[in-house]
Amino acid sequence: MVALWRFKGAGFLLTLLAIWELAADAEWINALIVPLPSKILKIFFELVASGQIPMQILVSMKRALTGYLLAAGIFIPLGIFMGISPMIYRLFEVIVEMLRPVPPPVVIPVALLFFGLGDEMKIFVILFSCAWPILLNTIDGVRGVDWVLLNTARTFRLSRVKTIWQVILPASLPQIMTGLRVSLPIMLILVVISEMVGSTDGIGYFVLDSQRRFKVAQMYAGMLALAILGYMLNQLFNLIQWLLLPWHRGMDNRKDEG
Amino acid sequence: MGSENPTLQYSNTPVPHSNIPVAILDVQSLSKSYRQSSGETTLAVGNITCQVEAGEFVSFVGPSGCGKTTLLMSIAGLLAPSSGRVVVNGKEVNGPPPNLVLLFQEYNKSLFAWRSVLGNVRFGLDARDDRSAAAESKARKLIELVGLKGFDSHYPWELSGGMQQRVAIARALAYEPEVLLMDEPFGSLDALTRLELEDTLLRLWAELKTTILFITHDIEEAIYLSDRIWVLSRRPSQIIQELKIDFPRPRHQVTTRAEGRFMELRNDIYRQIGNQGIP
Amino acid sequence: MSRSHPFNWLGWSSFALLLVTWELIARATPKLLLYFPPVSRILAALGQALATGSIVQHGLVTLGRFAEGYLLSAALAVTLGVMLGYFRFLHSLLATSIELLRPMPSVAIIPVAILLLGIGDGMIVSVTVYASVWPILINTIDGVRSVDATLIDTGRTFGLNSWRILRQIILPGASPYVVTGLRIGLSIALILVTTAEMIAGSRGLGFFILDEERAMNSANMYAGIVVVALMGYALNRLFLLLETRAMKWRHGMMARQVA
Repeated sequence: MVALWRFKGAGFLLTLLAIWELAADAEWINALIVPLPSKILKIFFELVASGQIPMQILVSMKRALTGYLLAAGIFIPLGIFMGISPMIYRLFEVIVEMLRPVPPPVVIPVALLFFGLGDEMKIFVILFSCAWPILLNTIDGVRGVDWVLLNTARTFRLSRVKTIWQVILPASLPQIMTGLRVSLPIMLILVVISEMVGSTDGIGYFVLDSQRRFKVAQMYAGMLALAILGYMLNQLFNLIQWLLLPWHRGMDNRKDEG
Repeated sequence: MGSENPTLQYSNTPVPHSNIPVAILDVQSLSKSYRQSSGETTLAVGNITCQVEAGEFVSFVGPSGCGKTTLLMSIAGLLAPSSGRVVVNGKEVNGPPPNLVLLFQEYNKSLFAWRSVLGNVRFGLDARDDRSAAAESKARKLIELVGLKGFDSHYPWELSGGMQQRVAIARALAYEPEVLLMDEPFGSLDALTRLELEDTLLRLWAELKTTILFITHDIEEAIYLSDRIWVLSRRPSQIIQELKIDFPRPRHQVTTRAEGRFMELRNDIYRQIGNQGIP
Repeated sequence: MSRSHPFNWLGWSSFALLLVTWELIARATPKLLLYFPPVSRILAALGQALATGSIVQHGLVTLGRFAEGYLLSAALAVTLGVMLGYFRFLHSLLATSIELLRPMPSVAIIPVAILLLGIGDGMIVSVTVYASVWPILINTIDGVRSVDATLIDTGRTFGLNSWRILRQIILPGASPYVVTGLRIGLSIALILVTTAEMIAGSRGLGFFILDEERAMNSANMYAGIVVVALMGYALNRLFLLLETRAMKWRHGMMARQVA
């Protein structure tokens, strides 16, 4: 009995779900708006089995990851250059500071104007939203490389180009990963938003559309799918970080910054 | 404090080396000042002149903050002197010279976290584009010499502080520099590890015959290790005394330090430094 | 951004160059006029919208919803976060639920909110509260838990009771984390307000921008974006100002570490 005490968190959650089930069943709460958890789960598994939810997720992920990887491919190199060269930093500083305060969803109408309702619209929006955490963390990572490390490379007369490749890049990789990790939930949020505002498919559209058709249990099932997706993306990222940064495993994890 | 003891020489000016071959390291009137963020100019290193012969083990001893690191970095070519110059093996220093390496105090910040012990030790050789089998075996041999046999594939974060500093030493020596500059390398280590590494260093020095220029605030360490010592003043640092240390080699932690002259030297230097008062 | 930074001529020049290029291209290619209205036209549209007051009204609506949602979420999240951070039992009870709910993108709550609350201010504020609570809550919990046990024991040695320990040791100790959470929460709140306005609003800047896009008034659309950007910038500066005032002790401490 004492050993089970460890699982009180899970137990508490299950208790809450049980209360929910009872309340919906006994009509204490409006089952039209908050259906039984058992019903939600049933519909969830049905939709997964029929392939509908997985397909919508695939559609969304295709867009999301394209935008995410594009952002990484553009803004990591830019961040490295801006971090290394004060001149390049100053060159772009004002433009970056002008674009940064724009809340990403607000860019959606612009994207709609340019790209209509297609995949490119979402890719553009995600590119814009993920840019800043990736860029700023990369710049910080490069600037944060310890002077002792740089001078060690200098005393061994490592050439400038090699110093960037062999010293600065690996040394700033942990912070670059932080930027990528912070951008991941942003990517997910923005793909959902852009699908809610301007799309005809994708998991975000699926959830909103279910609500509009009053298929309430289906809507909750979609939200559950999103939660699971978010969780799996996190775990995938942790795995990739574990593989890429083997030397980092033993060191403390730094606090994330948005 | 006369010169009754024939094996000790005290002098307040650099000992003239008239009939000795050209020094491998020649520091001429070196001074270094830099501008603070507040705009003030600080003179960190005053007028330093000294020569080091090939194969010597020499030390600078001075109080904390006297500009020792600045001095060493200027000699290593990592900082440009404000006046004066440094000549290494006949060539003026204008940037890091090819046959000289500087070892930093913060070993954990100087090792490359993403490279294994072997990867770190090979770094200097890789920088020279020497990836031959000979280079690898040289690196492995040095890992053994510093006492880290079997740790080739370990990563820095898996090692203790003393072990990390050994890796840094192995890395510097794998490069086979003619001159090795060491900036308080054992300062952040506990006392017992320090003694161990002192002996390791002496062993390596005897075997590889590198010239070593060592900086420390630990007077007894300097006496134990060196052939000659220069005592530095407070900032701006200047040489206030030069001493020749004549204890026989190989030195021994117990017997060398037990000699009466050891404590005399130590007390003398201690007084010299203490005479300058508290800043 | 310290006072000692010289004026960034290079940066402002490149920005100005960008605007000028935009203006010239827009004027030279009438076909692209829809997508790239000249900057001058955008500014004109902005001026006109400001004059008629329409943008100002929308702006105030957005600002009001933002303020309500953000402040409410801050109060809720900090209180809850302190409780969860301080009372281990409470935290272990709720930890699983939190970890399961966290990965879900907070915008997915909007359809539920529409179902429950219809479309209107109530819904918009509610989703803003929901979304902003997360970063503030998590960071507050982390902050409270990060307070060194030694510090707390020191308080106990001096005879402080639990309430005073909370106020004088734990809260100040956790404040850097709380501030980080509040800063993230601010961006999230703005995002949610504008999003909700786009999906189901009839007023506010989010609605305005989308509406103008649908009507193909791209100049007005860009004008709206400029206003939102300015609002975001102003809110960030305000936050920075308040943070610097409140956290003077920490800034001094960090500065000394750097020197």
